[in-house]
Amino acid sequence: MHVNLIAENTIASEFPILGRSVHGKPLVYLDNAATTQKPRVVIEAISEFYMNSNANVHRGGHALGTEATDLYEGARQTVADFLGAASPTSIIFTSGTTESINLVATAWGTANVRRGDVIALSEMEHHANIVPWYMLCERVGARLEVIRVCDDGSLDMDHLHSVLSQSPKLLALTHVSNTLGTVNPMHDICAIAREYGVRTLVDGAQSVQHLPIDVQAMGCDFFVFSAHKLFGPTGFGVLYGTEEVLASMPPYQGGGSMISTVSFEHITYNDVPMRFEAGTPHIAGAVGTAAAIRWFDGLDHDMLQRQDAELTTSITAAFLHIDGMHIVGNAPGKVGIVSFVVDGTHASDIGTLLDSMGVAIRVGHHCTQPLMQRFGVTSTARVSTSIYTTSHDIDVLTTSLHKAVAMLR
Amino acid sequence: MTIANTITEMIDLFALLPDWEERYGQIIAYGKDLVPYPEEHRNETFRVKGCQSNVWLHPTFNGTHVHFDADSDAVIVRGLTAMLMRVYNDRTPEEILTTKPDFLATLGLDQHLSQNRTNGLASMVKQIMMYAFAYKSLGSQVNT
Repeated sequence: MHVNLIAENTIASEFPILGRSVHGKPLVYLDNAATTQKPRVVIEAISEFYMNSNANVHRGGHALGTEATDLYEGARQTVADFLGAASPTSIIFTSGTTESINLVATAWGTANVRRGDVIALSEMEHHANIVPWYMLCERVGARLEVIRVCDDGSLDMDHLHSVLSQSPKLLALTHVSNTLGTVNPMHDICAIAREYGVRTLVDGAQSVQHLPIDVQAMGCDFFVFSAHKLFGPTGFGVLYGTEEVLASMPPYQGGGSMISTVSFEHITYNDVPMRFEAGTPHIAGAVGTAAAIRWFDGLDHDMLQRQDAELTTSITAAFLHIDGMHIVGNAPGKVGIVSFVVDGTHASDIGTLLDSMGVAIRVGHHCTQPLMQRFGVTSTARVSTSIYTTSHDIDVLTTSLHKAVAMLR
Repeated sequence: MTIANTITEMIDLFALLPDWEERYGQIIAYGKDLVPYPEEHRNETFRVKGCQSNVWLHPTFNGTHVHFDADSDAVIVRGLTAMLMRVYNDRTPEEILTTKPDFLATLGLDQHLSQNRTNGLASMVKQIMMYAFAYKSLGSQVNT
């Protein structure tokens, strides 16, 4: 018998915010590609840390300092296990995906990229995976090569080969497009890149909540993500790097914790990962992230995968009945991120009216202006699901969208 | 009509529309009253920055009053623009500068002034004020 998973989904009850109303209507939160909501266990873990264990880490021989350090380093182990990393020393804590990419572009980039070199990325990248590379290229005189996206929103694999054959120093590619929902086959792509001798950075900001991750099986050199898109706190993120690559990288920011010895004449730097974590880190962020991962790991992921597919199918099917609807991005196997435009309406107006009906979606260019140009639009409306999205949410979305379109025409 | 009367008229009308659908219907209707925007000024110079939709605002000054032409490609934003025009269009720089957009809060539209920048209303108000300030300085220079 076919079980309708999304109708039976009760995970939402673990997220306090999902019980609130906006504009007098029950909240239907469909902006999960921007950020996910936080389950009670994460909120409590962060609160508990400040109530009971707060102290600075890696210094001070007192009990609280030891407790906080154990929590912080325990989080590194939790993240390493979650990503399938060989060792926690492959995990560097940052403020988010953006800082992780900037760290690589600055530290690795400055040491490895020279005038005339090429950095490869794709048309579907978020600005966070374009601008740091553009800035690196400007600094050292390198250039960007951009892999094309096909009409259905999938990556042009022939063009990938052609760009990789130019021997770029690095391929920086998103795992899942935040605008199109496209899943790039990163296992295959990293294998192809290795054949060409090209290092890879995978932007996992959108993939971590939708797909199982195993960085060693994937074979990437770097993998980055933000905790807040994985039910964790904002302002906390991860850079995974292979030990070999990280060990060869010079420091990023200077300060406390990242040094071994300091005199005014000579400084020696700490080992990885401390070399890349200058200053007091976001300890509560690490604690909240570990709580989020432990909670998320405890869910039935086979069920979540099927549920994700069901949601995407049901949104796509419901949208077919809206006159003038165009979904931007129809790649096979895409996850629950659906961008669209409706003839005769502006995405901004759709967003405003849906908000009045309690439905939270994103409108705009989604920090992917080159991709907007590729598809000949200036902005889209975007619905993005998460593990707590129900079929009722999709029903409310669909009814509200019909109403909004009728009002705007 | 004076600025005060214009604002009172809009507040009175909105008080009769407690339902959000009717309110947005009225906002969209205001937008339909906007005079067509001169195509020669539909360019980057007169586009208001910080809006998700495109908003254009073109000022002219006859020595005493500021005249605005305005438009947006989104209908709700066009309606909100039309409401601002009812208040601020063809006024003296002093009148514009002394009229804070508080009436939007009274109309329940203050969410549109948020830094969230979903429709750039805050940017539009700022731009109107900047033009008024510039013309005020110009006016005082001419008078001296």
